[in-house]
Amino acid sequence: MRQSELKTLALLAIAFATTVFSCKPKNVSTTTSGDAAQKVYVAPGKYDEFYNFVSGGFSGQMAVYGIPSGRLFKVIPVFSVDPEKGYGYSEETKPMLNTSHGFVPWDDLHHIALSETDGVHDGRWAFGNGNNTPRIARIDMKTFKTAEILEIPNSAGNHSSPFITENSEYVIAGTRFAVPMPDSDMDVPINTYKDNFKATVSLISVDKESGKMNIAFQILLPGVDFDLARAGKGKSHGWFFVSCYNTERANTLLEVNSTKNDKDFIMAVNWKKAEEYAKAGKGVKKSVNYAHNTYNDNTHSATSVMEKEVLMLDPKDCPDMIYFMPCPKNPHGCDTDPTGEYIVGSGKLAAVIPVFSFTKMLDAIDKKTFEGSYAGIPVLKYDAVLHGEVKKPGLGPLHTEFDANGNAYTSMFVSSEVVKWRISDLQVLDRVPTYYSVGHLSVPGGPTKKPWGKYLIAYNKITKDRYLPTGPELCQSAQLYDISGDKMKLLLDFPTIGEPHYAEAIPADMVSKNSVKFFKIEENKNPYVTMGEKEAKVERKGNEVHVYLTAIRSHLTPDNIEGVKLGDVVYFHVTNLEQDWDVPHGFAVKGANNAELLVMPGETQTLMWKPEKVGVYPIYCTDFCSALHQEMQGYIRISAPGKNVPLTFSTGTNQPKLEEDKF
Amino acid sequence: MQKLSSLSRVIVALSSLSIIITFFIPFWRIDLFAPQYPEGLTMKIWFYKLTGDVDIINGLNHYIGMKKISVTMFPEFTYLVYVVAAFILYGLLAAITGSRKLLFSYLVVSALGGILALYDFYQWTYDYGHNLSDDAPIKVPGMAYQPPIIGHKQLLNFDAFSMPDLGGYIVVASVVIAGIVWFIEWRKHKAA
Repeated sequence: MRQSELKTLALLAIAFATTVFSCKPKNVSTTTSGDAAQKVYVAPGKYDEFYNFVSGGFSGQMAVYGIPSGRLFKVIPVFSVDPEKGYGYSEETKPMLNTSHGFVPWDDLHHIALSETDGVHDGRWAFGNGNNTPRIARIDMKTFKTAEILEIPNSAGNHSSPFITENSEYVIAGTRFAVPMPDSDMDVPINTYKDNFKATVSLISVDKESGKMNIAFQILLPGVDFDLARAGKGKSHGWFFVSCYNTERANTLLEVNSTKNDKDFIMAVNWKKAEEYAKAGKGVKKSVNYAHNTYNDNTHSATSVMEKEVLMLDPKDCPDMIYFMPCPKNPHGCDTDPTGEYIVGSGKLAAVIPVFSFTKMLDAIDKKTFEGSYAGIPVLKYDAVLHGEVKKPGLGPLHTEFDANGNAYTSMFVSSEVVKWRISDLQVLDRVPTYYSVGHLSVPGGPTKKPWGKYLIAYNKITKDRYLPTGPELCQSAQLYDISGDKMKLLLDFPTIGEPHYAEAIPADMVSKNSVKFFKIEENKNPYVTMGEKEAKVERKGNEVHVYLTAIRSHLTPDNIEGVKLGDVVYFHVTNLEQDWDVPHGFAVKGANNAELLVMPGETQTLMWKPEKVGVYPIYCTDFCSALHQEMQGYIRISAPGKNVPLTFSTGTNQPKLEEDKF
Repeated sequence: MQKLSSLSRVIVALSSLSIIITFFIPFWRIDLFAPQYPEGLTMKIWFYKLTGDVDIINGLNHYIGMKKISVTMFPEFTYLVYVVAAFILYGLLAAITGSRKLLFSYLVVSALGGILALYDFYQWTYDYGHNLSDDAPIKVPGMAYQPPIIGHKQLLNFDAFSMPDLGGYIVVASVVIAGIVWFIEWRKHKAA
C-alpha cells in the first residue's frame, strides 16, 4: 500500500516534469519535396531556363543568376568600383562614377526594372537605382555592362526607383528622403522639415532605340518618404502608383514618429497628364547640376557631362495630375497586377493587405469622392477605391508579385513566409515559410502583363543557421519555390552577393541570343587603340608616357620598355587584339596604386600608373588566357630623372649583347 | 506520537537544504521562438536577477511598445532571497523539532507561497503584456503580449514558452519530498 502510493507520486512527478520540458516547439527545418533536386538540377553544359537579374544592395552591383539552378553567372559592376574588372579604375570607366559630388565609388542598388514593350519583357536593358547618391543606371543586356548612369538632382535616398512603364516610355525615380531644394536656402534647421523639406518624383524618358535616359520632368511633392512604385499597365497604362510613408513628416525617430498615422498613402500619378502639362509649359525650369555618364561600346570609354537644368512640375499648377489613396500603414510594396486593374498595397505594419481597384479609383476621381486633401493634393476615400482587403495574411506584408492565373504572392517580413492569395476573392490559398525575414519576391515576368510563372524566388535578409557559418557576417540568400501547382514547394536555397532587394527574371533565350561574344577590332574608336602589333608604340608627351600596348596570346607588345623616368605618369593603353569568344586579357603592373585591367577582345582600356621608385617593374597578363599565359609577361624600366636612358620599346628583339661585343 | 522518525527528519532537512542550490541557478525560464529565431531566445529568472537574452528581447519588444525589462523594475528581486532562506530555515526547523504539525504548516505555507509567486508573476506579465506605449511602431488591434504563466502561447510571430528552470524543479521536488514524508508519517500515525 505504502509502496504503491509512493510509486504513484513518483510517477506523477516524472510525468509533470516531462510534460513541461517537452513543450518546446518542434524543429522547423524544412522538408523539400522528393523531386526538388531534380527540378533544380541543370546538368553540366546545359542552360538554365531563366536569367535572374538581382540587385546587389549595399554591394552597389547587379548580379546575374541562372534559374532554377541558382548558379551565379556574373556580377555586373554598376555603382561600385570593381578592381577585378578595372571598373572605376581604368581611365575609360572612371567617368561612369562621376557625380555632382565628384567621383563616388560606391552606392546601394535596391531595385531592378527590365525594359518592356507592350507590357512584356523585351530583353534590352536592365535598370537599377543608386539609393545613396541618387542615380539610375542602365545596363545593356547585350554586353552585360553598365551603359549609362544618370544622376538625379533634387533628390535624396533614391529608393522609389527605377520602375518602368509598359513600353519603357519612362523610368520613375522617387525620393525616400525629403530635403531642402537647391533653389531655396539649403542651410536650414532640420526641425523645420515640415516647412522646408520637399520630395520629388522624376520621370526619366528612355529613348526607344538607344535606351538613352533623360529627365523629362520632375514633380515637386510634400516631404513624405516615397518607398516603392509601379507603373500601371493595360487599362491603367498612363499612371504610376507610388507608396509613401512618413506622411507625419517627421524628421527624427521615424520608427516612432512616422508610425503614428493609421494610414499613409499610395500616390497615383497620371503621367500622361503630367506629360501634357510639361509640353504645355506648366513646368518651371530649375537650375541644377547633375552628372550624366554614358559608356560607348565603340570608343570603349565613358564620358561624363554635367547637366544644368531640369523641368519641375508643381501639382498646384497642374490639377488632376496627382491623387492620394489612403493605405494602411507605412506601405512598402505597391504592385499592379498583370491586368492593370488592381493595385496591391503592402503596409508593413498593417494587419491586412489592401487591394485597390483602378476602375473604382477613376470613378472616385470622377465623382470627387475625396475625404480631404493633403498638402493641397486630393485624398480619395479609402472605401471608394478599395477592391477589398486580404484578411489575416500574415505579419509584415512587404511586396507582391503575380502569376498568370490571377494569383498574388506576398512576402511577409515579420512572419518570414510567402502567402499566396487569389486576387478576385482575396482568399489566402497557401503559405510557405522562408528562411528568414523575406524582403522582395520575384516571379519571372511577375511585374509585367505576361508573367512567365513557374518559379518564385524569395530574397531573404537573414540566413542564420541555413549555411555553414562564416563568422559574424553571414551570406544573404535567395530561395526558389515551385509555383506551378496549387501548393508552393521549396526547391532550393542559394546565397547571393551583397543584400538582394528586388530582382527580375526573364526567359533565357530572350537574352542569350543577343549576347555579344566580342567587340570587333575594326569598330574600335578608342583614341588610344592600337590596331595591330605593328602600331604598338611608346610616346612621351612632357612627363606623360603613353604606352600603346597590345595583348594577344601569348605576348604583350611591347614587353620591354625603357627610358621612363621617375616623375613620369605612365598610361598603359591596352588593346586586346583577340577576335574570338571568351579570350579576355588582363593587365597589371607591380605596385600600381589602383587595380588591374580586364580587357575584352577588341577592346582598349587604360591603366594609369605613377611609378614611385627607380627599378624594373614586371607587367603581365592576369587572365589565364592560354597554355603560355604564364609566359605573357614583360618589364618596364624606371630610371632616375637625371639618367640618360633613351625611350625604347620592343618585343622579342631586346636580346643580350653578344659575348664578343664585351671585348 | 507526533514526532517524525529520524529518517524522515534527515530527509526533510536534506530536501530543505537542497533549496540552497537554487541561489546559484535560475528557477524559471521564458523561451521565445520565431521563424528568424530558430535557435530561440531565453530569459532566465533567478531569485535576484535576470539572465539570458534580456537585451535582445527588450530590443524586439520595443516594436510593440513593451516596457523595458530590467532587474531594477522588480522589487521582488531585493527580498526574494530572504524569503527563500526563511523557507529553508522553516523546513530545517520542522526537521530539528521533528514536529509533524510544523512540517504540515511548512507544506501549507509553501503551497500558498507558490500560489502567491505565480499570482505575482501573472501580475507582472499582465502589466508588461497590456500596458504598451502609444508610440509603438507595431500596433495590432486587440493584441496583448502577456506570456503564458506556464506552457505555450503564440504572440504574433513568436512562440512563447514559460516553465520552471532547474531551480524551480528543485524547489518543487523538495516540497513534494517533504509532502511525501509528511504523508507517510501521517499514515503511520493513523495506523498506530
